[in-house]
Amino acid sequence: MKLGFSAEDEAFRAECADWLQAQMAGPFADIRGIPNLCDEIPRRKEWEQQLAAHRWSCIGWPAAWGGRDATLAQQVIFAEEYARAGAPNRINHIGVELAGPTILAFGSEEQKARYLPGIAAGEQIWCQGYSEPGAGSDLANVKTKAILEDGQWVVNGQKVWTSLAHYSDMIFVVARTEEGSKGPKGLSFLLMDMDQPGIDVRPIRQMNGEAEFNETFLTDARCPANAMLGAAGEGWKVAMALLAFERGVSTLGQQMQFRNELDAVIAAAKANGKAADPVMRQRIAGAEIGLRLMRYGALRMLSGTDLAAIDGAALTYKIQWATWRRDLGELAMDVLGQEGELAHGHEYRWPTLPNLYLFSRSDTIYGGTNQIQRNQIAERGLGLPREPRGNA
Amino acid sequence: MEFAFTEEQAMIAETARGFFAENATSERTRKAMAADGIDRALWSSFCTELGLAGIGVPEELGGVGLGMVEFALIAEAAGAQVAALPLLGNARAAHALVAGGTDAQKAKWLPALVSGEVIAASAWSADAVVDGAKVSGTFRFAPHGAVADLLVLTAGDKCLLVEATAAGVTITPHVTMDQTRPLATITLDGAAAEPFADHAAANHALHVTGWIGLAAEALGGAQAALDRTVAYSKERVQFGRQIGSFQAYKHRLADMMIEIEQARSAVYWAACAVDEGSDEAQIALHSAKAFCADTFHMCAGNMIQLHGGIGFTWEHDAHIFFKRARSISSMLGDSQWHREQIATLVLDAAA
Repeated sequence: MKLGFSAEDEAFRAECADWLQAQMAGPFADIRGIPNLCDEIPRRKEWEQQLAAHRWSCIGWPAAWGGRDATLAQQVIFAEEYARAGAPNRINHIGVELAGPTILAFGSEEQKARYLPGIAAGEQIWCQGYSEPGAGSDLANVKTKAILEDGQWVVNGQKVWTSLAHYSDMIFVVARTEEGSKGPKGLSFLLMDMDQPGIDVRPIRQMNGEAEFNETFLTDARCPANAMLGAAGEGWKVAMALLAFERGVSTLGQQMQFRNELDAVIAAAKANGKAADPVMRQRIAGAEIGLRLMRYGALRMLSGTDLAAIDGAALTYKIQWATWRRDLGELAMDVLGQEGELAHGHEYRWPTLPNLYLFSRSDTIYGGTNQIQRNQIAERGLGLPREPRGNA
Repeated sequence: MEFAFTEEQAMIAETARGFFAENATSERTRKAMAADGIDRALWSSFCTELGLAGIGVPEELGGVGLGMVEFALIAEAAGAQVAALPLLGNARAAHALVAGGTDAQKAKWLPALVSGEVIAASAWSADAVVDGAKVSGTFRFAPHGAVADLLVLTAGDKCLLVEATAAGVTITPHVTMDQTRPLATITLDGAAAEPFADHAAANHALHVTGWIGLAAEALGGAQAALDRTVAYSKERVQFGRQIGSFQAYKHRLADMMIEIEQARSAVYWAACAVDEGSDEAQIALHSAKAFCADTFHMCAGNMIQLHGGIGFTWEHDAHIFFKRARSISSMLGDSQWHREQIATLVLDAAA
């Protein structure tokens, strides 16, 4: 059992850190540290393409498709250094981390050749069409329908919470292809072009005033018959495999951002004297402990060979970080006091910490609410009886 | 990334778990609780048959020559059964001797500590008076103090060895809430004391071993509290359903698992940081002690609540876990104190 990384991995760290820091100090200094996913989109597309030009856009992919065949440890290190350098949140996160690995796992050679180069080159931004108004926590309750007509899938329905849809080029859609089917059966996984008259995107304004996600209406939207990953009716299997790609590698990079946020809280407490308050000191120490334990939980999850132990750490990770971050948002506001409730300008837009306070209310909801997480931990981690299902 | 057990570590964990599960039974622990808090037969087979009492002591000094990670594995397994053993006291004394004892002290005491013939206890006093080789003062809350042969005492910044049978030593046992580790008050009146060669190193080893030992015991205890409650929730039927199928119930079990997974990271982070001499060691130790103690207390409390009436009885083991959790919380600095140490490191360091 060891805490750190190997000397080779540390050499890799130095290489990517050098490059990333030079980019963020030089040509891309203007978008350094942008926290959200909705500002400076054209510049951030250029940044995606710059990453691609230096083969840093999808390092975990095979070299044949523009990656570096990077090991898990290297991917973790890149994610850490990416965040440490203050590089902006990846607007093609969904393409690189979700769509790409899923296409690599389930796609035909022809499909790989059709979709992967655009992602690797940072030219095609992807979004995810899973949730629907009636399919949130109960994700399998998808109503969007796809019918095969003249060699094309014709898709009708509504997706919601589609992050980044307003500037995405592609969307993957879980749709019901079997008339009358229910739940996870009869679903299929379709890859669709966003630029078509059948797709209408309407941004949703969030409680922090920003609009990062959308409602996506599909009205006779179309894609070719061969734009399906897996066979017809196997969509749920593909969709679940994709969600598994979401865990892991990016977690340590995400923690670098958490580190920055906690450091901002600490700096604010030192600046306004709250750092001397015994109750605040307890809470700040609690946040510090939580963050450190997240790091070693993630390392346990990523380095283990003991599958049961990894599962335990992996199952509990989402609720752990989401709750930690929500609590940090509350701590931040308690440190800032009323000052934190004042915007800095005339717009309803928020600096880092008040924005964290507002935004983090979504952390405990998206990607499986804390309540759904507890059900899964209890059922999959502890083997407790499943929640009874209704008949609807 | 190698933050996972080596094969050897996994084997030690497996062996220790099996040993304590088989031998540190509720029946035997209860017998020890009714006596002086030590299951002698268990202690003897742990030290001699299993030979793991000196796990953190170098081989040339008669130990197994492994580190804090391996020590934590043993303490975790013992904690899972709330074993009535002087494991922590002996490990703390042995590690203090290794770190700061004279050669003569090591030669005299280490073999007997590792073989289990000598039982050691530790305590500290802020106002004891050290006058040459004589000490006077009161040292409270010594775990297993009433049955100890060797006392490792911290007086201010001094670390001293005192034999329990020496003239001027009075040891008063207390009926203690956690009967698996009864506390005693040690009163010295001009008792003969031998100073360590390196006081600071000895005191540091006492702390490090104590904090990791308690954190690991707490982890084992918390996991056992969860496991036993999960098993009960699958047996017990009310309203025609296993009670573990009710969301209000399963969510509390899930919350226990969430904390326990973090506690596990905390123990092995701290143990590893100490073994590697990492500059994170200090913050890791305080994190582990605070987080694991809180986790165990929460889990043991839930264990009682989720068992209903039977969980409140003397007959059920829940109270044994709950009382051990309480004693771990208070011992060697409570969670508020450890968090304050972290606050000092994080908030008061020069920018």
